[in-house]
Amino acid sequence: MTEKTFAGYCVKCNELGYLMDTDEWNREIGLEIAKEEEIAMTDKHWEVIDWLRDQCKQEVALSVRKVGKSGVVDIKGFYQLFPKGPLKTASKIAGIPKPVSCI
Amino acid sequence: MKQILILGAGTSGTMMSTHLRKALRKDLWDITIVDQEETHYYQPGFLFLPFDTYKPSQLKRKVDEFIPKGVNLIREKINRVDKENDKVLLQNDTEIPYDILIIATGCNIAPQEIEGMEGEQWYKSIFDFYTFEGSLNLRDKLRTWKGGKLVVHISEMPIKCPVAPLEFAFLSDEFFTKKQMREEVEITYVTPMSGAFTKPVATKELNYLLEEKNIKIVSDFNIEKVDAENNKILDYGGQEVVYDLLVTVPTNVGDAMIERSGFGDELNYVPTDKETLQSKVKDNIFVIGDATNLPSSKAGSVAHFQSEILTKNILSFIDQKPLKEAFDGHSNCFIETGFNKALLIDFNYTQEPVKGTFPIPGIGPLRLLKETRLNHWGKKAFRWIYWNILLKGRPIPFVSNHMKLGGKIINKQ
Repeated sequence: MTEKTFAGYCVKCNELGYLMDTDEWNREIGLEIAKEEEIAMTDKHWEVIDWLRDQCKQEVALSVRKVGKSGVVDIKGFYQLFPKGPLKTASKIAGIPKPVSCI
Repeated sequence: MKQILILGAGTSGTMMSTHLRKALRKDLWDITIVDQEETHYYQPGFLFLPFDTYKPSQLKRKVDEFIPKGVNLIREKINRVDKENDKVLLQNDTEIPYDILIIATGCNIAPQEIEGMEGEQWYKSIFDFYTFEGSLNLRDKLRTWKGGKLVVHISEMPIKCPVAPLEFAFLSDEFFTKKQMREEVEITYVTPMSGAFTKPVATKELNYLLEEKNIKIVSDFNIEKVDAENNKILDYGGQEVVYDLLVTVPTNVGDAMIERSGFGDELNYVPTDKETLQSKVKDNIFVIGDATNLPSSKAGSVAHFQSEILTKNILSFIDQKPLKEAFDGHSNCFIETGFNKALLIDFNYTQEPVKGTFPIPGIGPLRLLKETRLNHWGKKAFRWIYWNILLKGRPIPFVSNHMKLGGKIINKQ
């Protein structure tokens, strides 16, 4: 675990840069992480981030296909918004855990 | 008379019928279980059938054998749940009213979710091993296959038994080595996750396995379609993987009955409280095993641990008391690594798999997250345990519903 400062907020991150405590997140932090990931955030990006955070609060497992069925964005659109591993990148910006399997 | 209705006579439903029949008075409670299937399959065996390790007959028993006396078994397709009126409609237009409903309808593969997967090449060069039929067809294919590019592939998470595809890759390495044709087979493991292992300790301890067994890995692969004409799979990000033999785990979805009932999520899983196992649909509906949307693994061991917790909570519900028992996400799995060795993992919602001793702290005899022969024999013995202990609702010695920290080596940060 390390501590990182985004937009003046000090937050706990794991070794891959994912926030450890999703409650420490705010939009300014999300915007800073997005810059590191070279993503220029638009309203559509935020809509996806809000949906992911909402799903995370409900404690359900996420998958790319599930995002595609969300009604917020289809899978092609999700890839356009967050190229290369969209769920990984979007989860990082959203301040939610990286998608994992059981081992 | 009051009625408990259980939908599904698989691992979860069978165990619930046994637990509840023991716990409830016969003069007060009727218990009915509905399932259209006649055969109860030992599903962990589907991993071994393609390699001729088990005979088909070793994986099949009659559903009736495991339903206790005093429980009504109805063999009929379920149409839907009418939650407003507390009744279930069957395909033959019968209606069954209930006081308490338990949904244990599991999950199934849905190859139709991926474009091009279930076409002409299905069971010719494209196979699943999550169904009896798929596993048996794959066995026949492997008996005569001359080698080439073997691609072991996961379409998307969550899937039943998340480690099975990895075990399939390891066992393939052994199988082709023993057939003296390993050099003619290129094994590639394709996953939508960031790697074959995703948890920090497992990644550190187990990454050597892929290299040692010469298994290539393609990660972050979110399949868009199968191009069966040109023998390749394509992902949304533009990656392509060519195969001669594709062994895939298609998208897993909950039973279509849940969709017809109008309360499933995007993949037909029932929204469920992750601790009490009460559904978020209605108070008198409970959910267990693969049918839930819980962030736990979809596995028989999970269903086993859940069944004892759910039984206590249902008894509390009947007594109009708070549901106190909380499921912690406990899961316990053997992972075959080939050549008569296996790993064992024991974890829950918050504790990732780590090294240590199991089930008796400091003694074992099993070792966690380490390849041993004894773990392999544990996995082989599990078939007997499944038929004789697990399904009959008996506790497994030394293994509790809640995960124990004792015996685990936990690196505190």
